[in-house]
Amino acid sequence: MENILVNSLTTTLQNLSGMIAHFLPRLIAMIAIIVIGGIIAWILKVIVRRFLWFVKFNQICEATGFTQMLAKAALPSPTELLSRLVFWVVWVSFLLFGFNALEIAPLQEEISRFFLFLPQIFVAIVILFVGVLAANFFGRATLLTAVNTNWPSPRLLSSIVRFLIITLAVTMALERIGLGRGVVEIAFSIAFGAVMLGLALAFGLGGRDVARKLLERHFLENEEKEDDQDGGISHL
Amino acid sequence: MAKGTFLSDDFLRQLTAVGEVDILVGVPTSNNRKTIEHVVSAIQIGLVKYFSRARTVLINPDAGSRDGTSELLRNASLPDFRTALATPPLRTMHTVTTRYHSSLGPGGALRLILAAADLLRAKACAIVSPDLISITPEWVDALIRPIYHEGYDYLAPIYQRQKFDGLLIKNILSPLISAVYGYRIEEPVGGEFGLSGNLACDLLGQDLWHEDFIRYGAPVWMTATALSGNYRLCQSFLGPKIQSSNQVEVGLADTIQRVVGALFRSLEMHEPQWISRNGSQTVPTFGFQSELDLGPLRVNRKKMCDMFRTGVAELFSILGKILSPATLASIQQVAQSDESCCHFTDELWVKTVYEFAIAYHHSVMNRDHLLQALTPIYRGRISSYLLENHGASFQELKARIESLRVRYENLKPYFITGWRAKA
Repeated sequence: MENILVNSLTTTLQNLSGMIAHFLPRLIAMIAIIVIGGIIAWILKVIVRRFLWFVKFNQICEATGFTQMLAKAALPSPTELLSRLVFWVVWVSFLLFGFNALEIAPLQEEISRFFLFLPQIFVAIVILFVGVLAANFFGRATLLTAVNTNWPSPRLLSSIVRFLIITLAVTMALERIGLGRGVVEIAFSIAFGAVMLGLALAFGLGGRDVARKLLERHFLENEEKEDDQDGGISHL
Repeated sequence: MAKGTFLSDDFLRQLTAVGEVDILVGVPTSNNRKTIEHVVSAIQIGLVKYFSRARTVLINPDAGSRDGTSELLRNASLPDFRTALATPPLRTMHTVTTRYHSSLGPGGALRLILAAADLLRAKACAIVSPDLISITPEWVDALIRPIYHEGYDYLAPIYQRQKFDGLLIKNILSPLISAVYGYRIEEPVGGEFGLSGNLACDLLGQDLWHEDFIRYGAPVWMTATALSGNYRLCQSFLGPKIQSSNQVEVGLADTIQRVVGALFRSLEMHEPQWISRNGSQTVPTFGFQSELDLGPLRVNRKKMCDMFRTGVAELFSILGKILSPATLASIQQVAQSDESCCHFTDELWVKTVYEFAIAYHHSVMNRDHLLQALTPIYRGRISSYLLENHGASFQELKARIESLRVRYENLKPYFITGWRAKA
């Protein structure tokens, strides 16, 4: 009885020590990968920050209105945001590599799935970024054009343009990461259709006078040349 | 040389056949059938009448006219108007036509003319608009003589204008150029101007023909370049400028974007030359300058004022990025005042223009958007200008324009401080 107990304990201890001997190097490897990854991520963050500072990325974003948008959302400057993003992406990648080094089968499966998914997330972020930039650019262009051509409700027009572009960008980004593919598409179609229908109704029922004025101005432009905004002035 | 890459073989062949010339006249065209015969006749008579011994050529870059403009121009020949001349021409007058892509804009046509001037070793060049109704042979003399005989490098035109004509020139271009570059040029963006062969070569050799602003802003840039270098400058009085109304009208916002944008870009390029200049000097003026009221002008000032008010209210956030808080507050005050009291002072206007130039230089936003934001404020200024000068005589108006120029000069240090602020 005593022998059996000793044998079983010895076997268990041997197994345990074997497991530890087998696991410990992987654990150390994981810690090493995470620590080294952290250092590499930090170095990359500094490099990216310096590079963006050198190419005046903040000023470029300021010109497009992106910086202001980030500020409104209480986010740091674009340079800081991008360098932090690089840090976290690199470090999380190393973190996952580290976990992968433990060679735990279910975990490895999840990690490989995540890595396959990673490019899609990147593309989605890029789509969103470009979408926000485009929305601000075209929103502002619409506002300026509407003001300079004396269109009614310039700010409303500008907001509609901005809203539509951002909605389109969000839809594309969500579709890219495979989130509710059909739902997003349908939601966008409904939203877009609703906006157009709303505009049609508003313009047709509520804005009959405005529509009349616009059409009159368009078709009677030549007849009323001297009464237009700049009269007969030659600016050059 | 880079010019070889954009000149077609046919154009080069035609130029080679011409050989060297003394005088070159460039007439860029684009569907100008109605006026081109008259313009070419005036040029040809002018050349024969005033420069009968000179070797001359007429260069016509055409932007793909579909109304037969080029054919009309090619077929215009001296015997058609012999009655206008006292003596028959002594030399063959060459006409060279070529096509350029309309997407290149007038800048593309000017580049071809400069290239031709360089290849033909022209001593004097003149650029003439194809849609002029009021051109006479005397214009050719007025544009070319100071360069060909007096050795000037750049000649700016002076037109006889209606009292409230050329307001963008009077309120921004001319006084700003005078204050910054230090030379008082009345018409820095006239469609007609003259230049020496040397200046033509220098302009052609500049490495910015690929830039977007050149397409429509080349004349402003050419004037600014002439003012920034060591060139001999002069002005010449041409008379009234009446153009065919057949031309496609460009909106005010586009005009500002093209012309003021070209000037702001030129300021950036010529910074080393103008930054240390103080005051301004007059340039010699040729011709007999006369004043004549060309009739009343019907202007819807109320509408201009309304558009100014709407613009300031709607673009408040955009203007906040361009203008200083004090200037923006003053503009807002003007916008909120009663229409009859709408008063845009010279000081406020000059500060506004300078701050726009500074914001352009520092690229605080997309540059096209920035220039578009100037349009409603300009309307406010013009509305105020028309109201204040409604009953003013030509002399009074001249004095006010002069006072505006002085204001621009006095505020130049303010401009330079802002210009250098973030540099």
